[in-house]
Order: sequence, then structure tokens, then C-alpha cells
Amino acid sequence: MNYLRLIGVFFRVNIAGELAYRINFLFSFFESVMGLGFTLAGMAIIFSYTDSLNGWRPEEILALVGVYSLIGGVIRVAILPGMQQLTESVRDGTFDFTLTKPEDAQLIATFSRVAVWKIIDIFLGLVILIIALARMGSVIGGVQAVEFLGMLLTGSVIVYSFFLILATLAFWLVRVENILTIFLSVYHAGRWPLSLYPGWLRYGLIFVIPVAFATTIPVEALTSRLNWVTLLAAFIAAAVLFIVSRAFWKFGLRHYSGASA
Amino acid sequence: MKALFQMYLQQFKTTFASMFQYRASLLIWMIGQVLEPLVFLVVWSTVSNGNGGSVGDYTTGAFVSYFLVLMLVNQFTYTWLMWDYEWRIREGILSFALLKPVHPIHSFIADNLMSKAIQLPVLTVIAVALAFTFHAVLSVSLWVVLAFIPVLILAFFVRFLLEWTLAQAAFWTTRVSSLNQLYFLLLLLFSGQIAPLSLLPHSIQIAAKILPLYWTVGFPTELLLGKITPSAALFGIGVQAVWLIITFFLAGAVFKLGTKAYSAVGQ
Repeated sequence: MNYLRLIGVFFRVNIAGELAYRINFLFSFFESVMGLGFTLAGMAIIFSYTDSLNGWRPEEILALVGVYSLIGGVIRVAILPGMQQLTESVRDGTFDFTLTKPEDAQLIATFSRVAVWKIIDIFLGLVILIIALARMGSVIGGVQAVEFLGMLLTGSVIVYSFFLILATLAFWLVRVENILTIFLSVYHAGRWPLSLYPGWLRYGLIFVIPVAFATTIPVEALTSRLNWVTLLAAFIAAAVLFIVSRAFWKFGLRHYSGASA
Repeated sequence: MKALFQMYLQQFKTTFASMFQYRASLLIWMIGQVLEPLVFLVVWSTVSNGNGGSVGDYTTGAFVSYFLVLMLVNQFTYTWLMWDYEWRIREGILSFALLKPVHPIHSFIADNLMSKAIQLPVLTVIAVALAFTFHAVLSVSLWVVLAFIPVLILAFFVRFLLEWTLAQAAFWTTRVSSLNQLYFLLLLLFSGQIAPLSLLPHSIQIAAKILPLYWTVGFPTELLLGKITPSAALFGIGVQAVWLIITFFLAGAVFKLGTKAYSAVGQ
């Protein structure tokens, strides 16, 4: 309960900070709409030559684009800013102050910085997703809906844990802010179903940089393509990765010696 | 002339050193550069295979070579001026560059050339490996190779001067990221990075041929693929030359105006 209250406070502080730069919201909105517009235009061009892409119908790919934007928004709003702040503060020594606070350092590092305006990506993702669902026509059953939400959650946890492990490397390597961009640089592969890619790339997007869990797998759950094995594996992967990243973080903390005098 | 040569040499060394300092970011950046065309390669190959082996005038093998050649051409003409320039203005670094007796464009050109000298060999190896993996089909005649070299060099200069001109916007506003994104999305569409130009809607094809973007990436790529007739190639070189003259004068004029409007940021 205390954690939730703390997260709420962090959000309020960040919103108050960003409200001073209201015009940024307009630019952020403009950039997000443009990016999505061109993605949809590309899709329209491709689907003018075919009815389905490896068995995926246009509205299913549209749902994938929606989830891609939604999770991309979650990363840009809540995951990346905090991790960037963390690696910076390890480099310049201000992480000392985080450690002196009575709350859990991982919680503070994760939620102390939120890029509020990027929330527009989450909103646009939801809009696209709703349009896609309406176009699919068929009613989404309760089981599929639960599976879908479950997979969105596991996908987010996996992505968060992945970022935390990379950011924790800062305790040894100090300058890792560039490494954090690895996820986003391959993330655009998630706009298309994983089954399109050749084996080596598919495995890379599952096991090396886990893009698949955040994009293809939730939409597979939504379109009843997912079998129980994958579902279970995703849950276990999320749980294991979360515990491992937490342990790695604690291990890294012990190696932190402070950068400033 | 000798002083300029020495300046280039020094900038080469600086760029080389800084790229090796940031090896990890170099690697991550290159992964992104390979993945973008690779995704469209896979998507169009899938469409083509589902369509009986071809879409329009492209077979599956032609799609593979199209996107791999495009990847290299795009890399050859690529610049990061629009971010770099804004960064140097925001941090006040450009102020020092303006005090020096040489035009700041030289250090940008030298920086660009050196980083390409490092990246292009790596990307070429990756492109060849991918060509074998995805069974690319490519046959080039001698005249195409001979025409391709000047076309590629013209493309580089047109794109460099065009992006140099647009980068000057940072003199008036330090909020250029929206402009940059709009430019890169237009580039994606008009230069043929989403799909070969002949597969795009007719109105976009016309717009693409009027704007300079197609001539800096799509045209050299299609030329090497043998999609361009000799007379069309000659016409294309003419268009490139016209754009070179326009962007050359535009770049100079906008830089002059920009430095007048510039109020320094930083120390």
C-alpha cells in the first residue's frame, strides 16, 4: 500500500514538473501521430498486394501495431526514463542520495522519473487496438481477454527486468546509457508477426532481446493462436527474469562504491 | 589547401578515436541499421511468396537484393547532421567552431567520411551474408557499374547538402526533433525504404520524383538492380545535378542567414 502511495507521489511530482513545459505535449503528440500514420500507410501499401501475411489478416496486424505502440509507450513513459536516470546518477555519484533514503532503492530508481507526455503513445495504441478489435468482428471470449491481459503484463515485466539488468551493469561499467538503447533499436521488428522471420532472428527476438514477449505473444493470445505451453513458458520466464534481475540488482548494489568524493 | 588537408586528417583521427571509444553504441547503431531494411525484406518476401513468387516487377530474389543494396546505399549517403548540429548548438560547441578560420562544414564532412569508412566494410560483409541466407538474385552489367559510381557520389552530396540546409533550422529553434522526425518519415516513404517506388500508389511516385529524396537512395538502388534503362539513368543523373546545384546554393544561403540569427547558447 505504501508502495502504491509512493508511486502516486512520484507521478504527481513528474506531472507538476512537466506542466511547466505544456507545449512539449503538442510536439510529442504530433511526433507520435506522425510515426503511427506512416506505419499504417506502410501497412496499407503492403496489404494492397495481399490479403494475409503468413495467415495474419490486416486487422490482426493492426492489433499488433496497437500493442506495439502501447508497450512502446509503457517503455518510454515508465521504464526507460527511470533507467536512464539511474545510470546517470551512478556515473555522477548522485545515486548516493537514493541509497540514503529509507525506501527500497530499486523502487525509487524505477519510478522517480516518468516521461509524462509520452503517455500519448499508450493512448494511441489503445485506440488502434479498439479499432482492430471492432474490425475483427468476432467476439473476443473471456478466456482470450484474460490471456491477452496476462500476456501484456508478463511482456511488460520481462521488458522491465531486461532493462533493469542492463542498467545494473552500470555498477561495474559506469557508462552504459548507450547500451540501454539496444532494446528500442530492435523493437521495430515487433511490428510484424514473429513467424515471418527466419529461425535465427526469431530466437534472437525471444531469447537474446525479448521483443516477442511484448508484441507478438500478447496478440497471439488475442487471436487464439497461443497454445498453453507458450503461455505457461511466458509466465515462468517473467517470474524467473524478475527474480533474477532483482538478485542481480542487489548483487550490483554491493559493488557500488560511489563516484563522487 | 594544405591546411585544409591537415584539418581533414586530424578530424579523421578524432572520429576514429571516438568511434572506438564508443564501440558498444556503434554496434547497437549498426544492428538498428541492418534490422530496418531486413524487416521490410522479410515482409515483402512473404508477400511475394504468397503471391506466386513475384509482386509487380519484383521477384522474391529481387526483393532480397533490393533491400540489401538499399541498406548499403542508404548507409553510404546517410548523415546525422540534423541531430549533431542541434546538439552542437545546444551545448555551445558550435560557437567555438564558428571562431575558427575554416568553414564548420569541413569538420562535419570529415567526420561523416571517417565513420562510413569504418561502418561500410562491416555492413557490406553483413549484406553479403544475408544475400546468401535469403537467396538474393542480382546480375549487373558493366555500364550499370560504371554509371552507379557517379550516381552514388552525386547522391551523397545532394543528401549531405539537403540535410545540412535542414539542420540550419536549429539556429532559429532548438526544438527540431519534430522536424527531424517528419523528414525521416518522408525519407522512409519517398526514398523507397518501405517498398520499391514502382509498388507505391501513383501519386506518391510522382511526388517522390519531384522531391530530391528518391534520387538520393531509391534511384541508385534501382540502377544497380538493373531496373533503370540507360536513357532513364542519364535523365536521373541530370536530375541529381540540378538538385546538387539547388542544394549547394541553398545550403550556403541558409547558413549565412542562420549564423546572423544565431544567439549563442552555453558558455
